[in-house]
Amino acid sequence: MAEPLLAIRDLKTYFVSKHAEVRAVDGIDIDVQKGQIVCIVGESGCGKSMTSLSIMRLVPKPRGKIVNGEILFDGKDLLKLSDREMADMRGSEISMIFQEPMTALNPVLTIGTQISEILIRHRGMNKRQALDKAVEMLKFVGVPRANEIIHEFPHQLSGGLRQRVMIAMAMICEPKLLIADEPTTALDVTIQAQVLELMKKMRDETGTAIIMITHDLGVVADMADHVVVMYAGQVVESVDADTVFEQPKHPYTRALMDSIPSLEEDKDVLYSIPGTVPSAANFPKGCRFAERCPLAQPSCFEKAPELREVAPGHLVRCDLVS
Amino acid sequence: MSQYVLEVKDLKKYFPIRSGVFKRTIGHVRAVDGVSFDVKPGETLGIVGESGCGKSTTGRMIMRLTTPTDGKILIDGKDITHAKGAALRESRRHAQMVFQDPYASLNPKMSVGESIAEPLVVNKVLSRDDAFERAAQLLDTVGLRRTDITRFPHEFSGGQRQRIGIARALALNPKLIVADEAVSALDVSIQSQILNLLMDLKHEFNLAYLFISHNLAVVRHISDRVGVMYLGHMVENGPKSSLYADPLHPYTQALLSAAPEPRRVKRRERIILQGDVPSPANPPTGCPFHTRCPRAMDVCRSQMPKPVMVHPEHWVACHLHG
Repeated sequence: MAEPLLAIRDLKTYFVSKHAEVRAVDGIDIDVQKGQIVCIVGESGCGKSMTSLSIMRLVPKPRGKIVNGEILFDGKDLLKLSDREMADMRGSEISMIFQEPMTALNPVLTIGTQISEILIRHRGMNKRQALDKAVEMLKFVGVPRANEIIHEFPHQLSGGLRQRVMIAMAMICEPKLLIADEPTTALDVTIQAQVLELMKKMRDETGTAIIMITHDLGVVADMADHVVVMYAGQVVESVDADTVFEQPKHPYTRALMDSIPSLEEDKDVLYSIPGTVPSAANFPKGCRFAERCPLAQPSCFEKAPELREVAPGHLVRCDLVS
Repeated sequence: MSQYVLEVKDLKKYFPIRSGVFKRTIGHVRAVDGVSFDVKPGETLGIVGESGCGKSTTGRMIMRLTTPTDGKILIDGKDITHAKGAALRESRRHAQMVFQDPYASLNPKMSVGESIAEPLVVNKVLSRDDAFERAAQLLDTVGLRRTDITRFPHEFSGGQRQRIGIARALALNPKLIVADEAVSALDVSIQSQILNLLMDLKHEFNLAYLFISHNLAVVRHISDRVGVMYLGHMVENGPKSSLYADPLHPYTQALLSAAPEPRRVKRRERIILQGDVPSPANPPTGCPFHTRCPRAMDVCRSQMPKPVMVHPEHWVACHLHG
């Protein structure tokens, strides 16, 4: 296979305080190929958002720190770049969209100013050129009245429109990688369908790779080429999207699939995973899922399993899977 | 004993829009604009719709947390639309509510026992000591420990807090529970625990639920009947099997096709609606959905469709039928 666009190697992002060391991301490896849509799935606190912030080098300081690993983007280690070089990357080569567009957009600047700012910073355009390009981009992402909207403020737009503006901002420099952290979680289903469709169109037309962080397996089924399932700061399963839905191997992935009610069939009782996620400040020494796992053996509590290739391209962190 | 535990007739809620120095009313937001339905004892009616469709306002009016502008609400055969004082307290013994955010709906300064016992003491059902004994029983019923009674809300996880909220709602042995997005803030594995709990309690106590949610799969799982709301109107209402197998209203069809299903098999063509929901302050004439409806006809722009029964107990308000 070709050299991946993004290769995360043994990334560890910890939050350190006097009393505790919280291992939010604890040694993960993820590859993203050019033009691929990779979905990272997991529940609150599994480290999926911290992974994306680590790639952007936006881990909250001073507590949060990337303590180990490499993030190779186009062959360069992002963790070794100077702050200045990293700033050149953001918005230009790698960009990000967030769950809540209202908090990500600046409320006191017009839409036009916010979009053109990026072009002025990264592409050396003048204001006039940048605004023209902004209008063009807004039209492309399906914003109606683009000519007027560039003079409006974020609060004047609906949630779906704001998310479109975010996508226009993120895509305007045609980045090689787009990171989308729960981009549709705050949106209604009909609007969500519009935004997901738009993101797929973007990928098809510009060849941008997308890392999509989500907890919604429905969105994953719709979008993903490749799926990475995270649990308690680690990757527990990594495989192409068809396989994850047809033959999930890790007991956690399987339990997740059985826990969601279906639109198309009746289930009498939903499977429910007992207990809660272990605290990231105090992980057990064995498998982190063992306590909630229906298949757990005594050995699972003793020895932490490694991520193994159980079939070509199918990685699973469970010693019981053969 | 009435045939219905809840009857809602032509319910309306208009919120005034005030403006200017004298705060004159210049218009109304028609949050709920003539909604009728009923719930039988032991039955679950799911209400689905997108943000701003009036589903939460409907739930709040039934609990009389907000006063209806027009229409009638009967709980267990008694008209409580304008009930006050003792009569209102009496109605709340029959109908209780579970809220979306268990963080916000429990008093952080009250122990779990005090929170659960409070409705019993306020309604003079039990003495304080007996109320605490009952609170301990209820904790047991919802899957928490009896000893948790002295602990405070911040000591619990989100799923556990939702269990406390449910225990409090059960305290007065209500016939109806209004659950407004009761599982929406929870992770999937916890969501399935709470859904299973709600269904167990329903069978144990012959409870009726008004289950308000934007999640179509969750509603399908828990409901016997489902009502679909759009812009303050109920556009379709029917038994779950009939409604999900043969959605009649174009909005229901679009909603169902837009909801991503966590499976990779190809599904029927997705209907992607254009644009946003119109403002309820300035609703369109005729059918509220005609501005986004892929099958809108001339008559839809001028005339409000009347509900038509198409299948047994399955009605729709759409000019395409009737």
